[in-house]
Order: sequence, then structure tokens, then C-alpha cells
Amino acid sequence: MSSKTTNRRIGKVIIYIFLVILALIMLIPFVWMITASLKLNKDIFVIPYAWLGFEPRWQNYIDIWTKIPLAKYALNTVKLTLIVTLLQILTSSFAAYAFAKLQFKGRNLLFLAYIATIAVPWQVYMVPQFIFMRKLGLADTHLAIIILQAFSAFGVFLMRQFYEGIPDSLCEAARIDGMSEYKIYAKIMLPLSKPALSTLVIFTFVNTWNDFLGPLIYLTTDSKKTLQIGIKMFISQYSAEYGLIMAASVLSLIPVLIVFMALQKYFVAGITTGAVKG
Amino acid sequence: MSNEAAMTQARRTKGMSARERKRALVAYSFIAPNFIGFAVFTLGPIILAFIMAFTEWDGSNPMKFIGIGNFSSLFANDRFVAALKNTIVYSLFTVPLTLVAALGLAILLNQKIKGRTFFRTVAFFPYVASLVAVAAVWNMLFTPSKGGLMNQLLMNVFHTEPLKWAAAPNTVMLTIILFSIWKNMGYYMVIYLAGLQGISEDLYEAASLDGANSWQKFWYVTLPQLKPTTFFVTVMLTISCFKIYDIVYMLAGGSNGVVNKSAIVLVYYIYEEAFRNWKLGSASAAALVLFAIVLVITLIQFRGEKNYAND
Repeated sequence: MSSKTTNRRIGKVIIYIFLVILALIMLIPFVWMITASLKLNKDIFVIPYAWLGFEPRWQNYIDIWTKIPLAKYALNTVKLTLIVTLLQILTSSFAAYAFAKLQFKGRNLLFLAYIATIAVPWQVYMVPQFIFMRKLGLADTHLAIIILQAFSAFGVFLMRQFYEGIPDSLCEAARIDGMSEYKIYAKIMLPLSKPALSTLVIFTFVNTWNDFLGPLIYLTTDSKKTLQIGIKMFISQYSAEYGLIMAASVLSLIPVLIVFMALQKYFVAGITTGAVKG
Repeated sequence: MSNEAAMTQARRTKGMSARERKRALVAYSFIAPNFIGFAVFTLGPIILAFIMAFTEWDGSNPMKFIGIGNFSSLFANDRFVAALKNTIVYSLFTVPLTLVAALGLAILLNQKIKGRTFFRTVAFFPYVASLVAVAAVWNMLFTPSKGGLMNQLLMNVFHTEPLKWAAAPNTVMLTIILFSIWKNMGYYMVIYLAGLQGISEDLYEAASLDGANSWQKFWYVTLPQLKPTTFFVTVMLTISCFKIYDIVYMLAGGSNGVVNKSAIVLVYYIYEEAFRNWKLGSASAAALVLFAIVLVITLIQFRGEKNYAND
């Protein structure tokens, strides 16, 4: 018995050693980022690196706003992210309701069109898509970025999977009560689909917020650029302004951190429903 | 059937179809907002990509059909061949290493330990963190000078020579692979966690009764039970590896974003051909090569899923 408990204790110790190593590997870059964002350039590559006990230079967080139009970039990104997320949720859940709960001609064919494109990476058709948008006069507009992100097959697919799990009898009963399909969608289905909606919100939010290649291809005017592009530009131009680069990086992480913390539970659930159902 | 009966029958079907038509219209009104956007801006461009791959076009002058010319010149182009080779090398290393790391993390964080949620969040956060921000840190931690944290670690703890990391052709891929594992393993860990939680406790109890130790339980219960998850993760990881672009751009792109032959990948090649050289036909041909690779992987997945469904 006693050898078993010591074994178990050794096991626990090993687990905690691994956990500490893990936490170090995952967290050091972030801790480094934060500490470096509070230092003068000349102090950042001093050996040994000062993790603690240095005079924090908050000025970096003030300078960054004047050095680049960070507020403009942030505003552009917030605007794009909110519009895309809202459109994505509305149009996907709307379409998914029809695919899951209504009978009509061509349902399977239309849904097949969605499924077929899930397997086609965006990178495969980004070039013709850009040429097409340019023909429509949408190059270098925010509208292009919105269109790019707002009608994904993934959203329709995710919402449909969820609606399939809601019993049809619920809709039938509402129909007998004389509710219109629009009312059933708004009053019954939407309130029930909070978990799926949250998953879609967080995926769309994070994707749009962090998107790089889309804005890189489409946005050429400086004042229209997003945070990611803006910060990358700053890094290329002022590659030696380490402290400022890190301050901008820290700032760009905060919104994602907040959304992630708030919706974390749903995010994990969303990933796993996708995985388990395949 | 009498005439009258036939008429009522006809009227009834007509009435039915009118109601059905109305129902169909309602259904289409639900689908239309998303489908129109999807058809015009996704479906259309996909079809166009297949056409463009067989043309020579700069986007403004008339399109010229040249058959499979683009494909034959692709494989004669060093940069494309390098891109294809680098993408494959990147995938060959990243897929198994990320898989093992994710599985290890999942097993570790599936234990009943204090602070489990905290550690899970810590492992997952890099996945959602903005790439520009974390890549900027990596570039500083993995700076080619001796003052960088990684080179300090190499010199003082492992007593080896400092490396040039992303700045040298022979270590640039290594740097990209390490970064990619670090950033993405948390995502696949979550999938593995779900898989682990799906394994019935009974199996472990039965194994305990048979006198199995922890290692044997892992080898004979956990791993076989996780087979469908591992399969799914492998497929998803491989597809995402073939789509890699932004990590390379951030870590290996010079100040003007140009990536040289030691680190160029497929999607970067497509981007460069299209938006720097304006050779749209050649870019689309390269895009179709990417599509063919992803399609093969997806078909393998469909096959495999059928097998696991039959089990």
C-alpha cells in the first residue's frame, strides 16, 4: 500500500514538473513581450535580461499612439470585426434554419454547394476573387473585406449542425399555433442556439481581428489599414524600436484576450463538436 | 376516373403546389442573403480559378488560353519547386511534432490537478493571439545576435554555438516549425481532450483488474481508443500546414515582405505571382496544385471516417 502511495506521489510531482515547464514555454514569450514593452530600446538586449526590478517606462504606451495612427487602425479593425461578425451570425443562422427545418426543392443541392467549398481553401480562389472585386470597384475598400468574411460556408454548416439537434416537434407545434417561419426562427430557434452562436461569434471575431492576408491584398491606402497590417508596417519601418513594437503588440492582444476569456467555455465546446461529429 | 373527380384532383394538386410554392419561397428567403453572397463571391471565383489556370492573363489585357502551359512552366520554375518542397518539408515535421505535443498536453491536462483550467487556457491562448504580435516577440527571442534569449539559452545552458535562426537558410525552416508548433498545439490539445473524455472509465477499470500499469493502460487503452481523433487531427493539421503563409511572411519575410528560396511556401508563391508579378494564370495554376493536394487529403479523410463509422 505505502509503495503505491509513494508511487502516486512521485507521479504527481512529475506531472507538476511538466506543468511548470509547459507554463514557462507558453508564457515566457508573453511575459517577455510585456516587460520589453516597458523598457528603453537599449535595455532590451542587455544580458542577463531583467525580468523584474526595472523602472517601467510607461511612455512607450503613450508614444505608440502618436508614432503611428494606431487609433485609426484600431477603429478600422473594430468596425470591420463588428460588421462581419454581425452579418455572419445573421445570414448563417438564417440560411441554416431553412436547411435544417424547412422542406423545399433543391435543398440538398444547395447544401452540397456549401459542403463542397468547405474543402477549398480560400488561398485557392483568392486571386480570381480579388480580380472580380476590383472589377466591381471594391479594391481598397472596407466593403471588400466585409464581403470576404461575412458569407462563409463554415457558419452555415456549424449552425445547421446545431439546429438539426433541436427536435422538429418544437417547430411543428409552433406552426400549428399559427406562427410564421420567421417568427419560429426569431422566437424559438435563435434563443435556443446560444452555444452555437457563441462559437460562431468567437471564431468570426478572432478570424477577422487577426486576419492578415485579406487586408494585405485589398487595402492599399494607409488610413484604411487594420491593426495587424498597421503594426506589421510599423515593425518593418522601425525595426529597432523594440519597446514600441512590443507595446503595440500588447495592445493588439487585449481585445482578443477579453473576448476569449468571456466566451472561452463555448469556444472549447465549439471546437469539440466540430471534431467529434467530424 | 370521372371527369369531375379528375378536376377536383387537379385542383387539389394545384392548391397543394401553390402552398408548397409559398413554403419554398419562404425557405429561399431564408437562404438568399447568405447564398447570394456566397455564390457571387466564393462559388464564382472558385469556378474562375479553374478557368484562369489555363490562361495567360495580367488582369487588364485580354485573357489568352494556353492550355496546360502554366503547369509545365510551374515545374520548371525553381521558386515554385522550392515552394512545393518547403511546404512538404514543413508539413512532414510540423504534423507529427504538433500531434505528439498536443496529445501529451491533453493527457497532462486531463489529470485531476489544481489549476487545470488555468493551464488549459495558457496552452490554448497562443492559438487565438494575434500572429503579428506573437511573431514580433519570436523574432526578438530568436534574434540571430548573441543577446537573444534563445541564443543565451543555447550558449549558457546547452553550451552550444548560437544559431542564426530565421536569418540563415539552414535554420529558417526550423524556426518556422518551432513557432508553428508552439502557436497551434493548444488547438489540437482541445480536440484530444474531447477524445480522452469520450473513453469509457470501464475500459481503464478492466485494464486495472488485469494488472495493467499506467504505461500499459496508455498503450493498450488510450491510444487505440483515440485512433479516430488522431486521424481527424492528422488530416486537419496536414491541410492547415499546406495553407501556411502568414507565419513565413512574419518570420522570414524581409522588411519588404519578400521571402527567399529557403523559406518560400506554396501560398506565398501564389501571392507573389499574382500580386507582385501579375501573372494571374500562373498563380491560379499553382493554386490548383494546392487544391489538388488538399482534395486528396480530404478524400482520405472521407474514406477513413467511413471506416471508423463502421467500427
